[in-house]
Amino acid sequence: MRAGGLPGFYKPSVGQLRGVCTWIVVRVGEMETAPKPGRDVPPKKDRLQAKKKKPRRYWEEETTLTAVGASPGPPRNKKRNRELRPQRPKNTNIAKKSRISRKPQLPKKPRERGNTEPQRSVSGAQDPFPGPAPVPVEVARKFRRIDKSKKLPHSKSKTRNRLEVAEAEEEEISIKAARSELLLAEEPGFLEGEDGEDTAKIRQADIVEAVDIASAAKHFDLNLRQFGPYRLNYSPTGRHLAFGGRRGHVATLDWVTKRLMCEINVMEAVRDIRSVWVRHPLPENDRALTPFPLNNFSSPSRFLHSEALLAVAQNRWLHIYDNQGIELHCIRRCDRVTRLEFLPFHFLLATAAETGFLTYLDVSVGKIVAALNARAGRLDVMTKNPYNAVIHLGHSNGTVSLWSPAMKEPLAKILCHRGGVRAVAVDSTGTYMATSGLDHQLKIFDLRGMFQPLSARTLPQGAGHLAFSQRGLLAAGISDVVNIWAGQGKASPPSLEQPYLTHRLSGHVHGLHFCPFEDVLGVGHNGGITSMLVPGAAEPNFDGLESNPYRSQKQRQEWEVKALLEKVPAELICLDPRALAEVDVISLEQEKKERIERLVWSRPQCSGPTTLPMLPVPCPPKYGTADGGCHISRTLRISPLSNPHLRATTLRPKLPSSRSQSGRAAARQQAW
Amino acid sequence: MKVKMLSRNPDNYVRETKLDLQRVPRNYDPTLHPFEVPREYIRALNATKLERVFAKPFLASLDGHRDGVNCLAKHPKSLATVLSGACDGEVRIWNLTKRKCIRTIQAHEGFVRGICTRFCGTSFFTVGDDKTVKQWKMDGPGYGEEEEPLHTILGKTVYTGIDHHWKEAVFATCGQQVDIWDEQRTSPICSMTWGFDSISSVKFNPIETFLLGSCASDRNIVLYDMRQATPLKKVILDMRTNTICWNPMEAFIFTAANEDYNLYTFDMRALDTPVMVHMDHVSAVLDVDYSPTGKEFVSASFDKSIRIFPVDKSRSREVYHTKRMQHVICVKWTSDSKYIMCGSDEMNIRLWKANASEKLGVLTSREKAAKDYNQKLKEKFQHHPHIKRIARHRHLPKSIYSQIQEQRIMKEARRRKYDLGHLILSQYPFLTSPLSSPEINKNQPSEGIVYVPLYSRDVFEYCHEGEAVII
Repeated sequence: MRAGGLPGFYKPSVGQLRGVCTWIVVRVGEMETAPKPGRDVPPKKDRLQAKKKKPRRYWEEETTLTAVGASPGPPRNKKRNRELRPQRPKNTNIAKKSRISRKPQLPKKPRERGNTEPQRSVSGAQDPFPGPAPVPVEVARKFRRIDKSKKLPHSKSKTRNRLEVAEAEEEEISIKAARSELLLAEEPGFLEGEDGEDTAKIRQADIVEAVDIASAAKHFDLNLRQFGPYRLNYSPTGRHLAFGGRRGHVATLDWVTKRLMCEINVMEAVRDIRSVWVRHPLPENDRALTPFPLNNFSSPSRFLHSEALLAVAQNRWLHIYDNQGIELHCIRRCDRVTRLEFLPFHFLLATAAETGFLTYLDVSVGKIVAALNARAGRLDVMTKNPYNAVIHLGHSNGTVSLWSPAMKEPLAKILCHRGGVRAVAVDSTGTYMATSGLDHQLKIFDLRGMFQPLSARTLPQGAGHLAFSQRGLLAAGISDVVNIWAGQGKASPPSLEQPYLTHRLSGHVHGLHFCPFEDVLGVGHNGGITSMLVPGAAEPNFDGLESNPYRSQKQRQEWEVKALLEKVPAELICLDPRALAEVDVISLEQEKKERIERLVWSRPQCSGPTTLPMLPVPCPPKYGTADGGCHISRTLRISPLSNPHLRATTLRPKLPSSRSQSGRAAARQQAW
Repeated sequence: MKVKMLSRNPDNYVRETKLDLQRVPRNYDPTLHPFEVPREYIRALNATKLERVFAKPFLASLDGHRDGVNCLAKHPKSLATVLSGACDGEVRIWNLTKRKCIRTIQAHEGFVRGICTRFCGTSFFTVGDDKTVKQWKMDGPGYGEEEEPLHTILGKTVYTGIDHHWKEAVFATCGQQVDIWDEQRTSPICSMTWGFDSISSVKFNPIETFLLGSCASDRNIVLYDMRQATPLKKVILDMRTNTICWNPMEAFIFTAANEDYNLYTFDMRALDTPVMVHMDHVSAVLDVDYSPTGKEFVSASFDKSIRIFPVDKSRSREVYHTKRMQHVICVKWTSDSKYIMCGSDEMNIRLWKANASEKLGVLTSREKAAKDYNQKLKEKFQHHPHIKRIARHRHLPKSIYSQIQEQRIMKEARRRKYDLGHLILSQYPFLTSPLSSPEINKNQPSEGIVYVPLYSRDVFEYCHEGEAVII
């Protein structure tokens, strides 16, 4: 099935739209020739009322705004019309000008509206922007799901028609989605130097001075010299910060309000820390998750819980703590873990260990899904690809290997550096991978095709830690300096020539993480934690149904249930997550061959110059009858079409994902 | 230096009071919605599972008849009214909303063979084993009046079926011949025969209202035009056809319920091959009725089950059975296309949902949206093996299940035999290729009559679905 799209959306047919478009063209022509039709001057009484401004609620303002933006048709009632007018002085000017010419036309109007010009409003006002809003092509492309360049081989006309319809619908949807971008409330942040000013020279203190108080409060330092170097992790909504120091200090923090949620010392070395979302058994307060205490509610006095549990990779084993610092689990099957990654849609906690094992733990049921031996010695460089949940491991021989729990072997291996790999990061679209190695190189790879390096740069000391932000900024921790590079836009790789920002810290960098949905970079270092301001790092508009930083308890509960219901099984992790929606051409052709073979029967003697041995060929499994009933066919079926090799790879009952994945992996390995 | 930091006003994202709705800002950017396809797949899987969980099609059983239910008729104007005739000559009128019998008439002596309503809904006709055709008022007799038919026609032979014209005051009966009657007269306007055999059923075409089709026990289906004195066309099948039913949306399509366990959908314009052979029953098919949408039909079988077939598929999408339901003799799809009624040997009329997992009653808009979304998801991922397996799984009674196995073995054997025969054929390339064998149309007796031989059906069986019309 190639038919994509969000089902359940209203999709107008192309014909309908085309009708609208032609109608607009006609109308524009009319407008040029015909004298401008006037509009009603609002009666004086109305005007007076408009001047007396009633105190308005936010929702009233919103509805009127949408009415201005969206409806080209006649306004539904006069009251709304009245409210609009003071906001649009331009229109009232037009009305004044055309007052004289308008009067004789007044009686005609209803007729006109009924017949030819349904878009003219009661007042006679014309829509200054007729027709649907224009959609920039690039934005529409962002939402496109079907790749039109790919064609199915030999599709029948019926199938082709169906595909064409699906594609047309797809196009419609992408245009609609692109048009809805207009409604997004927030703009991304930015930092621009004046003429010739290098943004990298701008210090954090300058930024803090320039921005508003709420943003300035997001820059802070935690001076924790005793327990350093720190690793840190933000929760997926960006509300909570968990950090753990090498000397056993573990704490979680509501970092916006700076409220400490728990603090413990695990009395053991902490190597990595991750917040994991699973159902928390304790009752929770409703207001806990609203970011700022609101005036009309008394601020809660008791200790607040959040949904997050903490997975802490300690010296020996993996431990899971709840928010009060109570140890819930000690997972001894994951020992000497060095790095942790959480795959939220699969509910998998991936751990890389000193023993060389990559272990996947399903946190929703508490089972180990897969333990893969990478056979590359100690693993201490790991990152996840947020686009397809593939785990990237960096090795000491300069390769990066890509893993999925369904395969015992890596999906691909990429030779990135001459020395060992020190850090790997993948951006949120899954397109670019940044690596840094012992050869002091920082490279960016394109993950889409054959893993080509796009750009490389030698750094004086080499980056030990890398992180991508939601909008594609790349942060690198180079001893005690953090460098941040930016690209052209969201979907472009960061250009490594000129850093966007730099910041020197009081200790060596040990962990980097961009806060989701906030322009903040958390840096863990020898001297504690630093929260840096990085304008333009985060996605400004979150989706309330995916990860909402402002969600209430009820919303979170509902979201949790839904997330658990649609937990993606671990077997579906593969390089292309869209493969599941595509036609499995390989097995389709196999099936077709078999059908032809069954209908157009030919004996081996007649079948051509190739002489095939009369071997007992394994038949495809027959459902139902035990006797099989195909003793004859077992010997007769040997023909070039029933090549035993082909038959062995009959792939009917498997899931398509694992197949495409294995095929792809094989292709990759060959290429490698 | 120009700088702007992302700084949200929480008032824009948090509701003001507890009475407000929660605000849910949306952003359809694909990077914020990763794993779209796998998640949709899982949703589709869940939706399919839920569909099977909620598949409870049986609604009610209407009991009251004292013998097997032989025929059913829908009321043309009222959805809640159903008429049924039993083997003891009793006719009952039922109210479906109350699930009660509202009227009982002892109409005939012996079987009630056929029952049909007038298009206006004011009266109905019955034919019985006592060689009579009776017209009855739909409303019961007034106080003190006796239950009497409006008209009674005494015939010479037994009538086995009746159908009323869809627009005019004309009806047709069948028995030894097809008779067309004017309601005002006591003798038929015309009688038509083609061969000498008892005709089991006659049906008017609902669109081209002058056309009618009948099926007889000499294995043929004959089409007539009421305006002519002679029949139009004839098809001979391998075994007897029990009933036919016209597609209410496509004038030239009809489906025949055959004794050889299959149903054949024919195009009236090209009768030499059926458009589709529908097979899944494991015993003779006794009755068939189309849904008002013309996309699906329901068939009743001697194997104690009813099945729902899409018109363009050869396999059924649904099978209904209960422990107590015996041989199903008649079946009707209600005019709102939501329910199915079947009358069976053990004196009950059963009411089923046409869509097994459908929720009855008024849906809220959110429920409706969720239903539509799930429907689309199921459609999108219907070919995935896991989902297909769950969606197709039906529990069957042991008798039907074992019969299916047996049938499968027999089909396999027939196929092997056919293959072997054609293997020999293919060794001699000067003989014709197996698919255009000369035998297929050799038994064509005369113009206008088509013979569909046995093994051509086998070809249908193992061609791929949708390509069954190779011959």
